[in-house]
Amino acid sequence: MISFFEFFVRFLPDLLSGMGMTLLLTAEGVLAGFILGLAATLARTYGGNFWRNLAIGYIELFRGTPLLVQVFLLYYGLPGLGITLSREWSAFLALGLNSGAYQAEYLRGSILAIGEGQMLAARAIGMSKWKAVFYIILPQALRLAIPAWANEPVSLLKATSVVFLIAVPELMTRAKLIASRTYDPISSYLAVAVLYLVLVYLVDATMKWLERRTRLPGFSAVGER
Amino acid sequence: MIDTPYILQAKNLTKIYGENVIFKDISLDVHKGETIVIIGPSGTGKSTLLRCLNLLTPVNSGQIFLEGEEITAHGVDHDQVRQKIGMVFQNFLLFNHLTALGNVMIGLTKVKKMPPEKAKQKALHELERVGLADRAHHYPAQLSGGQQQRVAIARALAMDPLVMLFDEPTSALDPELIGEVLGVMEQLAHEHMTMLVVTHEMGFAREVADRIIFMEKGSIVEQGSPEDLFERPQHARTREFLGKISELYGKKEKK
Repeated sequence: MISFFEFFVRFLPDLLSGMGMTLLLTAEGVLAGFILGLAATLARTYGGNFWRNLAIGYIELFRGTPLLVQVFLLYYGLPGLGITLSREWSAFLALGLNSGAYQAEYLRGSILAIGEGQMLAARAIGMSKWKAVFYIILPQALRLAIPAWANEPVSLLKATSVVFLIAVPELMTRAKLIASRTYDPISSYLAVAVLYLVLVYLVDATMKWLERRTRLPGFSAVGER
Repeated sequence: MIDTPYILQAKNLTKIYGENVIFKDISLDVHKGETIVIIGPSGTGKSTLLRCLNLLTPVNSGQIFLEGEEITAHGVDHDQVRQKIGMVFQNFLLFNHLTALGNVMIGLTKVKKMPPEKAKQKALHELERVGLADRAHHYPAQLSGGQQQRVAIARALAMDPLVMLFDEPTSALDPELIGEVLGVMEQLAHEHMTMLVVTHEMGFAREVADRIIFMEKGSIVEQGSPEDLFERPQHARTREFLGKISELYGKKEKK
């Protein structure tokens, strides 16, 4: 135990720089995925046939294939089409596209739950469809989506670890390097597990805070805790 | 009878959902300042008729005119038309993420592009009209059903509509809350707001309506003043319906 602690402290600076990359990939992925997912779900729910089918195609494609395959296709496959992306960009793009497909589904569920009534009431005072979406539907749907959506940053955070296979210098890649250098895989991966655990805890706490901040008075079905 | 100019006219409206004829060949002239109450058994197309009148649901055939202009014509901006026709729904449909004030304001700021300060003044005035100025900062979930419905009325009034449509505005309310909503509507009628009200409240119909329309199976069976309809109904079906309704809603209506 003492030796693990020494190990942990010794390699912490190295691991922390990997942790920075992990957090960056997670943040970028969640953000890009949110924008993509929102666009896809709006296209699917309110768009015409063309946009709806495009959105469904995108969502099914990226939910239906493993993240690792998507990462490999972007990093090793795209150069064949004359597009060469850096490791970081390939990882970032794959994570964003993948997360977008999942986020689209979270958001769609809550948009459907808001119901047609709110749309009807908004149209009745003369709002256009898209004004109603942005001023009436989304402010409610996004709040409603938070508890389920809050899983996404956590799950994406852990999913970023697969990009060590294209050697993006994130947490897992650092751990692998340290393991091969020290011949102590147990301590290396244990250290990285501890750091992931801390990160997940932090992200979780942020999500809970967000949920509290956006709660509507009179809608405390969850109860105060 | 009222002889002000027509504000809303419907000519030969027909609405069909698939194989279902919701209503057929309905014509209706609404005078400025008139209060019309539409009664009839459920499933006879009363609510759908209201939704067709403000273009929330398209009709299959027929024309609708607002102040003499055909709003069912091609190229008419439906959003513009709906600003001028207020609608109150059975289940209130307040925007749950906005306070009472926000609910009344949002049409002014986002649809009419009114500056926020001016919109707030107007919204407060409308809330005062329905007796809820002191609830301005409450969210819908913090209001009773009756209060929610009055906010919904204020929200519609804020747009300065030419006509107000009420789709069973008290059907979702507890009995003790119905009075406050009917009170607001009665006051509107006295202020000569033009209103079309679908309701089962026969007391309201009798006392406030200028004209009552009895609809059944997608057609207007009979229409006339409350006295005519209640005292001298021409059709057997009207008599039967009124008989059933007054049995249901108790003898207090008879006074």
